[in-house]
Amino acid sequence: MSLWDRVHFDPEDILCLLSSRRLKHKQTKDHFSFCAFCSARKEDLNRISFYKSREKLSLKEQIKGLKMMEEVNEETSVLSVHGHTIKVTEVSQDGDTLTFIIVSQKLSGTGEYHVDRTYDDFEWLQQHLFSQEGVPGIQGVIFPPLPARPQVNASVKAIKQLGFLGLGEWQPYCKALETFLRQVAVHSILSKNKAVEVFLTSTEPPGRQKVRRNIFNRLSQAVEEMRKEGHKDVDEFFQTERDHNLVLTGHTRMAGEKFLDVVLTEQKIAVACGHFAAALHLCVENGEDPEKRAFSRVCVKLSEVFDSIKKNMMSVAVNDMNTLGLGLDLDLRTQEAEKEMLFRRTCKLVELENARKNAEKAKPVKKNAMEEVKKAAEEEFEQICKVAKQEIVHLSQDRVGMVQKSLIQWCEQQLQTAKEGADVFNQHLQAFKAMA
Amino acid sequence: MATSSERSPPPFPDSEDQDALDSEVVRGRDSDEDDGDELFMSAANTPMAKTESPSPPRSEFADLMRNPLIEPLSSSTNKPSSELFEDLTNDAAGEASAEELDEFVDLLGSKAAAQRKEVDVTVETAAVDKGETSHGATDLLADGETRSASEQEATSAAPVMDLGGSQQPPASAKVTDHMEYLLSCLPATATSDAQQPGGAVVDLFDDEGSDIFTGAPSTKPAKQPQKSLFGDADEDLFGEPLGAVSKKAAGKEQKEKSVPASAGEPAHVFTKEAVGTVPNARAVNSKTNGIPPEEDSDIFSEATVELSLDSPRSERRKDATTKPSASTSASASLAKPQSVAVEELEEEEEEELEDKFDVYVSVKDPEKIGDGMNAYMAYKVSTQTSLPMFRNKTFTVRRRFSDFLGLYEKLSEKHGPSGLIVPPPPEKNLLGMTKMKVGKEDSSSADFLERRRGALERYLQRVVSHPMLLQDPDVREFLEKEELPRAVSTQALSGAGFLKMLNKASDAVSKMTIKMNESDVWFEEKLQEVESADQQFRKLHALVESLVVHRKGKDFVVSVTVTRSCGFPPPELSLNTASFAKSAAMLGSAEDNTALSRALSQLAEVEDKMEQLHQDQAANDTFSFAEMIADFIRLLGAVRVRQETRHGTKRCLEAPVTLMASASSQGTFDQRMKAWQRWQDAQAMLQKKRETEAKLLWANKPDKLQLAKEEIAEWEAKVTQYERDFDRVSATVRKEVVRFEKEKTKNFKRQIIVYLESLLQSQQQLIKYWEAFLPEAKAIA
Repeated sequence: MSLWDRVHFDPEDILCLLSSRRLKHKQTKDHFSFCAFCSARKEDLNRISFYKSREKLSLKEQIKGLKMMEEVNEETSVLSVHGHTIKVTEVSQDGDTLTFIIVSQKLSGTGEYHVDRTYDDFEWLQQHLFSQEGVPGIQGVIFPPLPARPQVNASVKAIKQLGFLGLGEWQPYCKALETFLRQVAVHSILSKNKAVEVFLTSTEPPGRQKVRRNIFNRLSQAVEEMRKEGHKDVDEFFQTERDHNLVLTGHTRMAGEKFLDVVLTEQKIAVACGHFAAALHLCVENGEDPEKRAFSRVCVKLSEVFDSIKKNMMSVAVNDMNTLGLGLDLDLRTQEAEKEMLFRRTCKLVELENARKNAEKAKPVKKNAMEEVKKAAEEEFEQICKVAKQEIVHLSQDRVGMVQKSLIQWCEQQLQTAKEGADVFNQHLQAFKAMA
Repeated sequence: MATSSERSPPPFPDSEDQDALDSEVVRGRDSDEDDGDELFMSAANTPMAKTESPSPPRSEFADLMRNPLIEPLSSSTNKPSSELFEDLTNDAAGEASAEELDEFVDLLGSKAAAQRKEVDVTVETAAVDKGETSHGATDLLADGETRSASEQEATSAAPVMDLGGSQQPPASAKVTDHMEYLLSCLPATATSDAQQPGGAVVDLFDDEGSDIFTGAPSTKPAKQPQKSLFGDADEDLFGEPLGAVSKKAAGKEQKEKSVPASAGEPAHVFTKEAVGTVPNARAVNSKTNGIPPEEDSDIFSEATVELSLDSPRSERRKDATTKPSASTSASASLAKPQSVAVEELEEEEEEELEDKFDVYVSVKDPEKIGDGMNAYMAYKVSTQTSLPMFRNKTFTVRRRFSDFLGLYEKLSEKHGPSGLIVPPPPEKNLLGMTKMKVGKEDSSSADFLERRRGALERYLQRVVSHPMLLQDPDVREFLEKEELPRAVSTQALSGAGFLKMLNKASDAVSKMTIKMNESDVWFEEKLQEVESADQQFRKLHALVESLVVHRKGKDFVVSVTVTRSCGFPPPELSLNTASFAKSAAMLGSAEDNTALSRALSQLAEVEDKMEQLHQDQAANDTFSFAEMIADFIRLLGAVRVRQETRHGTKRCLEAPVTLMASASSQGTFDQRMKAWQRWQDAQAMLQKKRETEAKLLWANKPDKLQLAKEEIAEWEAKVTQYERDFDRVSATVRKEVVRFEKEKTKNFKRQIIVYLESLLQSQQQLIKYWEAFLPEAKAIA
């Protein structure tokens, strides 16, 4: 699979891409000429050159913004809310945008923060988390995964993209956002970021000005993944982790997809049961004929039976969705976040190795400078490794706990549903036997 | 008057049959007149001797009775009747010859015995009480007597009291006389005319009474001129008891012994029945029978006072008054011939329902015989029964599919025209069978076989549970006989039969154009109901199929066509579950945390089990509902074909079901319509013939007139024949449809119970699985 199959560019993305200092413009341009997705590549390129001129301006602005961010970061406040009390309670749809109400309890005394946030705000938060500076080893952090942007209208596509999160009335999505926020809030490094505090407590929506930088992540990863995926790791631990992660991600994705199929089928069955129940009602005829009445009664009863089968199926599907489905989804996204982190580390590793090479090869004049770069890189890499190790250990614990929790919940809820279903069916059966 | 009395016994004075009958009777009566008079004299002699002329009721009676008679008897019978009337009233004290009396005694002998025995029975059952007995007797008397003056009552009652009180065989002629009187009264009541027992009795006894009573030993009233219900009722009611009674009566009339209670009962019943079944005469009857309380009470009080009975009379009287009225109301419904027929049918049906059909047919072990395209499937048909009509209790035969079809062909040919719903077999399925023949032993063909086997079994079970079809020799042969002649006609169905089918379909379409102005609302409604039911069932079937398909695999459109022919692909839900189980297992193996890995592989196992469960569930859905509803659709097709054929031509390529139904079965409603059509045609023909006759008459051509008359007679006969046929078919269809509906509800219910049971079971299984898995999940640390 070529890189270009994985990533789709649109001009805005490209703008962001160009604004990143990591990719050389020439490289980008080359890549663009190969973009398999964009049929209007040529025009895009022209536009890119147009954007490029504007780029400098926007870059300046961004630097300003960054400076502001640094100011924010310097304060390194402790979060003023209980991380595990964060809840995404409501979702309201206004046109194409979904607005989520986030409720969190204040640390000091009683009282709650109620804020409304859109997906853009969430993205803003994540960008800030990604791009914090001055935090040693930030690249080693496994960032809590933010679910993909919700698609309001395209239901089929949405389900494909969002998986379990696209089901239902956005409840699973809220759940996923909630999990994201909690993970951020309890994270030892990330929770210190001022942006989190702002996000959770400020009445003003912070992220309405668009910061489209996540493209950088996607893209840079996609670009370099190809080259660096196979890069031999110096550390055995990370090497195995990487391999394992790769396998696990694949399997989890597969399992999630299959499970989604199961749930979808269950929903279909529930709907079919509903139709059947409704159709049975059509068989009911009013008449004095006792035979007819008896038959009508049977039909109504059967319709009730199918109604309860439908309800049973529905709740089975909901259980599936809310427990194991969400669990698998979160697991998958966490795995992917880990993968990203590992990838960033690998990038750093490559960088470091290059620096080392450069330092060796460097002419005496530049030797010092190179050595310094190498040292800085080494230091940074070590930091990253340290953080990454902690993160991975932490994650694997978390993950097991999370999967266990979802499994237990799943099991319990299904058990409950099954018992309720058995009860209801038994009642129906008795009713029928009494009728006969 | 005499005519009136002779007219009254037949229960349906309105019915047309009656007219013919009446004239016959009248003719007969003419010859009998003298005899009858004499007899009447003799009969009336003793009791009537002291009778005060009971003129007021009689004149009323005469008026009343004349009305119904006017139509049929106006010319011929009016005169004699009036004469008779005179005879009856004026010559009441006329000379009675002893011989005649004797004759009468003879005639009534058996009846007398029966009557006496009835008295006896009341004695015995009512804890031997003289007063009671006599009362019972007087009851009878009172019933019979309206003309009775007090003295007369006394005379007649006295011997009866003797009879009941003494409990000794009253050998005296007196008693017999009185008994005769009693008896004469009884039939008289039956004939609604107690006032003129003689006249009534004459004909009654000559025509029927003698048949029934004196001729009772021979049981069958051979010369009975009517086939009316009256005659039937007589036979039914009296056949046995009278036989029993008359045996005794023949030898020892006077002997009083304990008689089977039934002997008395029917006689009693008879009076009531007869009273009740003469609606026209009832008005008159009521006077004699004590239905209008005023007169009745008069009589009663007179009688009872005279007799000075000690038992509570009010009770008795109530009995006497309420019972007949009850019976009249009960039998009044019988008066209408159609309702009689229906009732009879229903009775029959109830009887049928009561004796459970102890036949269980199972179809098992499909086996492929032969190779290539000549291969066919043979099924083992095992029957278990305790019915005596089968030679053995259990027996097994091998039958191939076309034999089943052949059986259906035979049955529908035989019973279809009479309006029976012949259960249709599952349709031939070329695709599935070809696949079978090619010999691929895969799951879909196994599924196909299982479906077909189930359908065949249900088909046979339906056939044998039908009371009429079970009696069919072909059915028995099918179940019992080792070798069956090869069913040829069905083979055509697969190949050249196609054209035949199309012809039949178009035939049916043309038949549709016949507008039958439905005379019977019931059928109109039923037809509509059936049609809407068919639509609903089709809809339901589609829905269930989709349900099944969701549980099962592939998208709907494909599967419906495919599944019809070669069974279902593996279930969708279970398919998905299975693949989820697989990936869960993979995930488990990739997991480095051992506990988690273990749990995941456990999960995979659970999912595997669930997959099996889903599969079973899907099978349940299919077999419980989809198949059942498909069966219903088939059956409905047998009930009505019109709708079917309407689409039949259009859909014959795509829907084998409709093809089968339209081609090989004639809908029950269609059969009825055909009968109707025949009848209407015959009527039209008759009309035409009549017109010709009129023309001939006008043209004055006597030579051809005779021919035309003959033709008319012929066609008249045909019309009645067809009409009767139509009525018969209608009745059968009615019954069958009622039966079908009953069966439908029953079947539905049964299937639902089975389904629910399986549902419950799988749910419980599910609970088990989850309960087993929960600790595993909790064990992850």
